[in-house]
Amino acid sequence: MWGKLSWQAIPFHEPIALVAGGLVFAALGVILTWIALKGYMPYLWREWITSVDHKRIGIMYVVLALVMLLRGFSDALMMRAQQAVAFHAPGFLPPAHYDQIFTAHGTIMIFFVAMPFVIGLMNFVVPLQLGVRDVAFPTLNSVGFWLTAAGALLVNLSLVVGEFARTGWLAFPPLSEITYSPGVGVDYYLWALQVSGIGTLMTGINMVTTILKVRAPGMSYMRMPIFCWTSLASSLLIVAAFPVLTATLGMLLLDRYLGFHFFTNLAGGNSMMFMNLIWAWGHPEVYILALPAFGVFSEVVPTLSGKALFGRRSMVVATLAICVLSFTVWLHHFFTMGAGGDVNGFFGIASMIIAVPTGVKVFNWLFTMYGGRIRYDSPMLWSIGFMVTFVIGGMTGVLLASPAADFLLHNSLFLVAHFHNVIIGAVLFGGFAGYTYWFPKAFGFRLNEALGKAAFWCWFVGFYVAFGPLYVLGLEGMTRRMQHYDRPEWHPWILVAGVGALIILCGIALQIAQLVVSIRNRAQLRDETGDPWDGRSLEWATASPPPAFNFAVLPRVTGPEPLWDLKCRARELGRLVTAEPPYEPIEMPRNSATGFVTAFLAVVTGFSLIWHIWWLVIVGLAGAYLTFVVFAWRDLVEIIVPADEVAELDRANRAARAAVLASGYPR
Amino acid sequence: MVMLDSLAIMLVIVIPTIAATLAVAWWFRSSNARARYRPAFAYSGRLELIVWSIPALVIFFLGGVAWISAHQLDPARPLPTEVAPLEVQVVSLDWKWLFIYPDQSIASVNRLVVPVGVPFRLRITSASVYNVFFVPRLGSEIYAMYGMTTRLNLEADQPGVYPGLSAHFSGDGFPGMAFDVDAVQPAQFARWVAGARTAGPPLDARSYHDLLRQSENVKPYTYGAVAPGLFDSIVRGQQPPGPGPAATTITTATPKEPPHHVG
Repeated sequence: MWGKLSWQAIPFHEPIALVAGGLVFAALGVILTWIALKGYMPYLWREWITSVDHKRIGIMYVVLALVMLLRGFSDALMMRAQQAVAFHAPGFLPPAHYDQIFTAHGTIMIFFVAMPFVIGLMNFVVPLQLGVRDVAFPTLNSVGFWLTAAGALLVNLSLVVGEFARTGWLAFPPLSEITYSPGVGVDYYLWALQVSGIGTLMTGINMVTTILKVRAPGMSYMRMPIFCWTSLASSLLIVAAFPVLTATLGMLLLDRYLGFHFFTNLAGGNSMMFMNLIWAWGHPEVYILALPAFGVFSEVVPTLSGKALFGRRSMVVATLAICVLSFTVWLHHFFTMGAGGDVNGFFGIASMIIAVPTGVKVFNWLFTMYGGRIRYDSPMLWSIGFMVTFVIGGMTGVLLASPAADFLLHNSLFLVAHFHNVIIGAVLFGGFAGYTYWFPKAFGFRLNEALGKAAFWCWFVGFYVAFGPLYVLGLEGMTRRMQHYDRPEWHPWILVAGVGALIILCGIALQIAQLVVSIRNRAQLRDETGDPWDGRSLEWATASPPPAFNFAVLPRVTGPEPLWDLKCRARELGRLVTAEPPYEPIEMPRNSATGFVTAFLAVVTGFSLIWHIWWLVIVGLAGAYLTFVVFAWRDLVEIIVPADEVAELDRANRAARAAVLASGYPR
Repeated sequence: MVMLDSLAIMLVIVIPTIAATLAVAWWFRSSNARARYRPAFAYSGRLELIVWSIPALVIFFLGGVAWISAHQLDPARPLPTEVAPLEVQVVSLDWKWLFIYPDQSIASVNRLVVPVGVPFRLRITSASVYNVFFVPRLGSEIYAMYGMTTRLNLEADQPGVYPGLSAHFSGDGFPGMAFDVDAVQPAQFARWVAGARTAGPPLDARSYHDLLRQSENVKPYTYGAVAPGLFDSIVRGQQPPGPGPAATTITTATPKEPPHHVG
């Protein structure tokens, strides 16, 4: 009846795992109960869970990312603590548990923190910057988000029911094959990533379509903000790379479930093919994450420097160059498999070439600041912190791209330090810059600056204290994923790295405090005009938070910085440039529970596949098909926002802007 | 050394970039009245040319260094030598290393004894999952993979103990895959070989099957004799792969497919 599932699946013998999992789900339970008791359930269902509004979905993506960041960071703390005490000693985490923790850390941080963070920002910002009402396929957007959330739920379920993979975050065969990993851990990993991967692919298709086909009148390609360009490049990479991931993991699933031999040791399987395929996805993935972050900096730096971006065309060219080149370098992840000088040399040079467009970007940000009037609000701090940190990460990356150096550093903590240097230094700093920068747009009030700056400094300093020692350890020959070790020269550096992790913990605590304090003081932090940073692109041309339809009348775009041009003219004229437009009713897509229901069924299907509960698999798949049929047969597709309501919202915003204009732009 | 050269080349550009970033960011702070505000400065063809060419030239240079060193330091490339190198066959197992000395017909687990000043040529494979053979103070890492062999050439110039490890996660027993390379004087090496021949069980198909079973933190020991051609039969898939955690009894497998090769 219940397949492999039995009471033995609950890890009573591993108190740490049980308590951790118990805490996560207890917290979830408390929050849900609180919501239900307060009577917020209908509101949550109507306004968020079934929402197809790109802004709401974007916000939910970011919330998912931040919640999962707490989980992934707890894993990081456990690893740091284990290695701090596991010198000549077994430590407090047995290998079976420690191996799950580093696997979960990597999987969660990439797939359920970094990905939803950048996709959330893209979702929220891109339609606003393009001057349109929503993405091309709003319901698909909701399905994509909920499938990502379903994947995250499956990963976390493995805390309390069964186990997670003990293979490392890319689950290399033959270790991940049924012979060497007979438990359900790898199955949790595979099904979670299959479910969320399909969601990501949907979002990628949606974003590409939106940016190519849905833009405000006059918004030509060269007038698009750079964030839209990097989102386009990132989404193109998603569309090209994620099917590779799905197919590769699919083959591993066939090996594990149906006795196929794609990657097995015996019967002609070839595990090296997995290495090639997974990195053919894996390296573009790095740029799927990094490009939107570069886009955030390309918005924040000009705005807070009070200047247009330097070298716009160069930026676009550099972005597209990175997009294409990212597919030509995957082999640098396994120089040490013995391919020989020619192949290694080729891929080494190809990898280094990516540093050229990336370097151009750094110089362009530098020249954007040059001659500016830089306001040191916290998004700017994250940006400058990023530039300094990322240059170092880029340098160590070029070093690793040299095959001869990689033969000494492959899989070492030097490598671990390098990719944290770029993922934290670029993606996470970019995410936080974007989070602070667009928060007032999303919620109508700013975040507390003092706490935000303190959080930045903790993250910045903590990063160097945590990962500087890892560079040293890598040079000393320490490899990654060590549950214990006995080399005395490593121990002090490990301890220092642990202190760094604690400093980052302070940063996270300050960010939580910042959110709480800002919500409490939201009246003082209110953004009345919708343009709190003296912005240059269209998302600042509407109210904060924007109405569901974003713009009462679609803006006409005449240049790369439409809002800035408008404000300059308004300043000359001393009044708003445009007269009040004739308001018309607006058609908006209806809410739909399709995404949530599909995701629920995906969790049911994934869970029952993991535990071999075949009848439930059939129920889940049939339910998903039924959901699709119901959605396809819907009659009412849109709702109409009456012209009066549009007029009322827009007039209020125009009045606020006129008032600010009268008191003198800029702030 | 290549790494230091590359690092130095990059630091020449990276340090000024960081310094310039901080200097520009500080000088053009909005509170600095002396900084000239130039809102129109958003394009300069000459600067763009420089901006593209500096990284391009650096990478051009570094790419050359990388290409040459990728060939010169290729681990499969034999070391220049006048003495005959020592042949060693390496098998990674769950979770220990087996070192077979085919010419001496002995084998050692988790301890590799080599004569100082004599290059040793390693042929490396895995009996189960991936591992990476790595002795940080002697040289390159290289993968150990089932059904494939990789090659590595090393030499110890000074006598001493060089710690080695697996640099690719291979399961729960992975951190216990540490081993020592003992570089000893040639005479001492000969004595060690002679000693090993008289002690320890022989390594044949049967004892190899025992060795395939998962075990952790294995103390070094030696085999007094090795069945000829054992390594090649492992590579060719004529020996069963490691059984993993489930199997307690091991059946003899017959190869169904020809093995595939690398390098």
